[in-house]
Order: sequence, then structure tokens, then C-alpha cells
Amino acid sequence: MPSPSAAVTASLAPVFEPGFFSSGPVHVALAVGGIVAIVSAAVGVFTVIRGQSFAGHSLADIGTAGGSAAVWAGVSTIFGLVAFNVVAAGVMELIGIRRPRGRDLATGIVLGASLGLAALFLYEDTISSSTTGATVTVLFGSIFTLAPGTTTIVAVLGAVSIALLALLYRPLLLSSLSYDLAAARGIPVRLVGGGFLLALALAVSLSAVTIGAILSTALLIGPAAVAERLTRRPARAIAVAAAVGIGSVWIGTLIAYDSTVWLGGESLPVSFCIVGLVFVAYLASGLIARALPERRLERRPGARDALALPEVD
Amino acid sequence: MGSDADASRPSPPIGAPSATNTVLELDDVSVSLGGRTVLEDVSFSLEAGEFCGLIGSNGAGKTTLLRLVLGLVTPARGTVRTPLGGRGPKIGYVPQKISLEPDMPLRARDLVALGLDGHRLGPGRRGPAQRAAVDEMLEAVGAARFAEARVGNLSGGEQQRVMIAHALISRPRLLLLDEPLANLDIRAGQEVVRLLAHIAAEQHIGILLSAHDMNPLLPVMDRILYLAAGRAVSGSTDEVVSTETLSRLYGQRVEVIRTHGRVIVVAGTDAADPTHDF
Amino acid sequence: MFAGYLVNTWEAATIVAVVAGVAGFFIVLRGAAFAAHALPNGAFAGAAGATLIGANTILGLGVFSLAGAALIAALGRRARQDVATALTIVVMLASGDLFLSRTSEYAPAIFALLFGEVLGISSGQVVPTAAIAAVCVAAVLVLYRPLLLSSVAPDLAEAQGIDTRFMDLAFLVVIALVTTMAVPVVGSLLIFSLLIGPPAAARAFTDRPPVALGLSVVLALLSVWVSIAASFETNLPIGFFVGATGAVWYLAGHVRTAWAGHARHPEPARARRAARTPRG
Repeated sequence: MPSPSAAVTASLAPVFEPGFFSSGPVHVALAVGGIVAIVSAAVGVFTVIRGQSFAGHSLADIGTAGGSAAVWAGVSTIFGLVAFNVVAAGVMELIGIRRPRGRDLATGIVLGASLGLAALFLYEDTISSSTTGATVTVLFGSIFTLAPGTTTIVAVLGAVSIALLALLYRPLLLSSLSYDLAAARGIPVRLVGGGFLLALALAVSLSAVTIGAILSTALLIGPAAVAERLTRRPARAIAVAAAVGIGSVWIGTLIAYDSTVWLGGESLPVSFCIVGLVFVAYLASGLIARALPERRLERRPGARDALALPEVD
Repeated sequence: MGSDADASRPSPPIGAPSATNTVLELDDVSVSLGGRTVLEDVSFSLEAGEFCGLIGSNGAGKTTLLRLVLGLVTPARGTVRTPLGGRGPKIGYVPQKISLEPDMPLRARDLVALGLDGHRLGPGRRGPAQRAAVDEMLEAVGAARFAEARVGNLSGGEQQRVMIAHALISRPRLLLLDEPLANLDIRAGQEVVRLLAHIAAEQHIGILLSAHDMNPLLPVMDRILYLAAGRAVSGSTDEVVSTETLSRLYGQRVEVIRTHGRVIVVAGTDAADPTHDF
Repeated sequence: MFAGYLVNTWEAATIVAVVAGVAGFFIVLRGAAFAAHALPNGAFAGAAGATLIGANTILGLGVFSLAGAALIAALGRRARQDVATALTIVVMLASGDLFLSRTSEYAPAIFALLFGEVLGISSGQVVPTAAIAAVCVAAVLVLYRPLLLSSVAPDLAEAQGIDTRFMDLAFLVVIALVTTMAVPVVGSLLIFSLLIGPPAAARAFTDRPPVALGLSVVLALLSVWVSIAASFETNLPIGFFVGATGAVWYLAGHVRTAWAGHARHPEPARARRAARTPRG
């Protein structure tokens, strides 16, 4: 059926600047971005429910240390990232503090120490190979400069992360809502929490190495926060978050691509475009949630005790 | 004793109680939260030295009523009169959830001292007078033994005593406690109730204590404020806790059973389906 | 290492350490570690933006960290604090990326802003550092008691007439000021280690808030002094040593707490296991 699609393409010509669909880097960007958005959405919903945004963001930054260490050791960046993040997640879990304040602090110390290592490795990288570019690449990533083979690695790592999440789904949900309740039912809460941190470490590794630390956190937390405002059911929240994530990545990529034409040679950074869309989606979700009266009740701070909603720790 | 910080605070329709000995007056107060009516036409007054139990099941509006008295919730209708202004040291408050974490570097006596001056600016120097006041208050609530201990490491009952000392040290005329017995075992609960009754009489302050179970309070309560589904009835225990009064309040037939010195409220004539079994 | 050209380094680093110790005490007490990471990290975008329009770096840092503090506070009214912080840092960093893409001259300075250039402090930098530091310490001292109470027990603070929301915002502003002052000296990533490592250890060794505050300052001073000396001797980046000492302090505090806890409750794990209902 060539005619309808041709008509669609023609009508959308002002939207999609020439070469968007034929560009190799764009194909890879859309594919990798899509996978990352889905994995981040699934893991992100639990990250937000569990209040572990800081850990999620930290792992992306810790990936910087892993990436710079890999450059220093001359091994593949993704290997360094995954190794560092899995170890960091293990250390966070070993310190294992239940209270959010203490947990954030433990996360922060692991992050601080890793950043110290990152400083060391980046310095060594700069001395040995005199490539200052490594710093920027590891910190900010670039979705347009991915090697085509990346798609496979990303898909495999993403699948492992999702599989782990699927395996842990129910005990994880219960222990996220109430640690004590889960412990009382005989769920090995720490093991489940550690398994989740592993899934988080994998998801963040693959997003940090492909799209950079900024986008990694944006796609992990933003869409999940949107979903949390719009729905209370975890499975539906994952679907909403995935939709928001994919939408932001694809539209953001398109805008960044098109901006080259609009701005006459210069372009907007793709991470800026995607983060902008995620943030707009988040603000819009607030307006939508406020328009739904019964949701407003649940979101009011302090309303929980007043209305005797179930306690969630 | 009037605090500088409180005079400047704009407060909702709140004024000094009309009678000198009255420490709290609610006049036809209604509260809505997020479009839902949580309290409806509640009228109530409390005298200094009186011990009043605020009784109701979960979701009846107990916490909202206490927050209303504290000035943290604004009434949709009606007036709330509390001793000289809304918040500040004139009203002592012990919250339900005590979340003092063990890794906080804070001794029991530090928390009590903050009850005296925690709202003031500047680092502050505490002289011998303040230290004596803290010691005296810790002694009064039976917390002198663990005054120097890290407050987050204390047991629930011990933390409660510290919180009561924190609330009382500013010499309030009204003390509010939100479910203080919920996390205590029966013995510790009895001790706290006896302590509070003693404080009410000794220091001549009004106490409003919320609980879902009235039984531990029966020996000491002067009055009861019973909440059900946002509506309230108050009076002496005998007046309120009767089949007729509570049936009217709940809007359905409930039965009050007194047995072995305990009170049990059950739904309808069918005792097999208790709504309120203690 | 005490040569004339390093005097500025010692002065600026000492000032930063004192402020980090003071502000860090409340950061740890309030559980604001994420915000303490997000503001310095995101504010680096402000420095990039300032370079782009040819403005003063400190001004850019100040504007961005204050805007970040306001955004965290605004978003935090309707969402969890950690989500609000994550969104804020992402927005700040993305604008930083935009600024960086507009300029080509900036790249070499990134490393310095992220990881600090403590060995290259000029005498002109010491005065603004000291001035902002004085404001930070004064703000914390003025707010000391309400800040302490609202940190340890927010509901008690509320009942006592303290505006806890104002305290949240005021404290975020303090973190923003610390950021502005410290980022040019120790870098946006490593001020964080200095902010949380020393106070995390300090609280394990004393039960008194003022003593913990003082100890936190002492440990922060030790951190920077040791780090400068080590960095000078080994020629490695100072950030590595700041991160490492931060972790060492935390570990020391952790060991101390575990030891004290062990002495108090010899068998907590077993008791917990016994209390757990069997699988049914």
C-alpha cells in the first residue's frame, strides 16, 4: 500500500525534516531510546514508589566513574559501567538501611566515593590520552553517536532488567508498600530489595551509556512520576510511564533533528529537548490530576492521616 | 509568658475563650478537606484541669479535630476559641507518630529544651533557670532516668514521656495528645494515663486525648468527646456512652454493653457483628 | 606545599570546610542528601551559562542554585521530595547541556568546575568566598533552634508555631549559597562528599547537637587539609581524596554506631527473626 503512506509522509513533510527516516543514527537513536524508555519506565515506577530516586540518579553518576575507569583500563565503556553500578548497588544494599534518610545518606556516600574515583580516572584518562572529550561523553552521552551494534547490547541488558523485575514483581510491590507487612508474610525483603537495586543498576547502566547521565535520570523518574499522578495501579502506571517515555524520546529526537534546519546549522542538544518534554509532561500531569476530584484528595499532603487512608511506610 | 512570635501570627477565627477557666471552645465547627466533610457542626468546651477523652474509630476525624485546635486546619464554618491565639507554647501537642530516628544526635533533654525555645531565632544560651525547668519537667513525667540518653534510642513509652515533657515545658493551658496509647503496651499505657490525669489536676491544664479505645481512660476521664463519621457528642461518660446517645450519633442502632468494668459498643442487636469491639 | 601561591588555596579551602561542616550537619539531620547533591551538580549549568553570556561565574552559579532551590521547593509541594529533586537536577543539567552546546571554548573548564581547581585559587576569589560563607553561617545560626526542631520532629515544630515550609525553603537557600561559594573551589561533584561525610560520622560520636556540629566542622577541616596535602604530594586530583576521606568518615561513624548498638542490643537480628510470623 504505497499510496496512503506516501500521502502521510507528504502531509507530514513540514514536521519531519528531510533525511529523518533515512538517517542511520536516527534509526539507532529511536530504537535505543525506545528500549531505554520502556526499561526505565518499568524500573522507574518502582523507584518512585520506593522513594529511591536518589539511588537511581546516583547510579547514573556512578556510571561516570565506571565509564572513565573503562577508558583508563582500555575496556568497553558499557562493561565498566555495568561492573561499577552492580558493585555500587551491592554496597548500597550491604549498608542496608531501611529508613529513607539513612538510606539516602548511604547512597550519597557511595556516590561521593565513586565521584572521587571518577575524578581520578578522568584525570588519568586526560593525562594518558589527552582526550578531554571523554569527560563530556561519559557525563552527557549522545544519542546520535551510538554505534549500530549498541542496539543489541541495550536490548539484552534491558531484557535482563525487565525479567528480573517481572520475577520480583509481587513481593517487590508488597515490600515497597509496606516493609513490615512483607517481612511478616515471610518475604525475604532485603533479598527482594537487593534484586531491585540490581535491576535498577542494569537499567541505569544501559541508559547512562547510551543517552548519558542526565537523560538516564530524566527517563527513570520523570515518566514514572507522571504515571504516579495519573493512576494508582502499578501495572497501568508502567504502561503510562512507558508511553510518556517513548513519546518524549521520539518527539525530542525529532525536534533535535529538525532544529538543525530551524536554527540554520546549529542544533538543540537532544537531551535538552527530551528533558524539556518530560518536564512539560510532568507539569501537565499535575493539571490533569487536579482536574480529577477524587485524586486530589489522595495527593493532598497530610490528608492521609485526616482521612485515615491506609498507612504506607 | 506571652510569646512575641505568636502575637504577630494571623490566625483564623480564633479568639480567647469567653469564660476565664475555659481553655477550649468549639462552636458549631465544620471542616472540609479536599471537598469531603470531615467534621460537621461540632460544639464542645473544655475547662482547665479537665481530662477529656476524644474517642472514635479510625477515620472518625480525631486527628483533624486536634489539628483544628492547633490552628493547622482552617474551619469551613464555626469558631474555635483557644487560650490566647492559635499555636505556640500556649497549646502543648504530642503527635501520634513519633518518628525520632536513632541516628539523630539529640538527647532527651535537648528535645524538651526545644519545647521551651525551639521557635525562637538565634542559637540561644540556656541559663541555669532553663536547665532547672528542663530537669523539673523531666522529673515530672518520670523521664529523669533517661534524660541524657539519645532520644531516638528510647522505647516508645519512654519517647512518649519525653514528648509530653516537651509539650508541657512551655506551661500550656491545654494539652493535646493524638493516640498516645496506640503504640504502648497495657501497663505503659496505664502509667501514661495516670501521669496525665495527675498533671491535669496538679498543673490545672485541660487535656484532650484521642483514642480509639475508651476503656483505659474510663477511670480518669472527666468528660468524653465522641466522634463518629465527623459528627460529635460530648458530656460525661455516663451521658455519652449510652445506647440511646450513640445510636443517635451513628444514625443506626448500636448497643453499649458494660461488662467486667469495660465498655463495649456493638452494632445493632446482632452482637455477632461488632463494629467497635474492644 | 605551603608556598606563597598556595596561601589562597589553604584559605579558601578552610572557609569551604567550615561552612560545609555547619551546613552538612543539618543536611544529614534533615535527610537532604539528594538536594545537597542536586544543587551543586545542577548549578554547574549556571557557570556554563555565565560563560556563554560573558558574565561572572559566581553570579551564574548563584542564580542557578537559587533557582534550583526554588524549583525543588515548588515541585516539592505537590510531589515527594526525592522526585522533585530528581526533576530539578535533570532540568538544570539539561539547560547546562544546552549552554555547553552553544559554546566551544568551554569544554576544558568543565573538569575544573566538576572536580574543583583548589590548587589554582586566586586571591580575588578568597574575598567573595569568605563573604558568602559568613552569610551561610549567620543564616544557620539565626535559624538554629527552629531548624533543629523542624529537622528532628517536623510535627512538633508545626505545633509550636514554626512554619516548616519556610524552614525547608530557607535551608534550600542555604544549600544554594554553599553551592555558589564552594563549587569554584572544590567542584560541583565533590562539595557533596564534604557536606555529608563529616556530619554523618560526627552524629555517631556524640548525642549533643552543638558538639556534633562542632565535630562535623573539625572532620570537614581535616578532610580538606589532608586532601590538599595529599593532592599536592601525589599530583592526583583533590576530588579523589575528598571523596575517599568522606567515605572513611562515614565508615568510622557506621562502625561506631554498630559497636554501640551491639553493646546495647546484643542479639537484634535473632529477636527480629523470632518476632516474624512464619510463612503461612
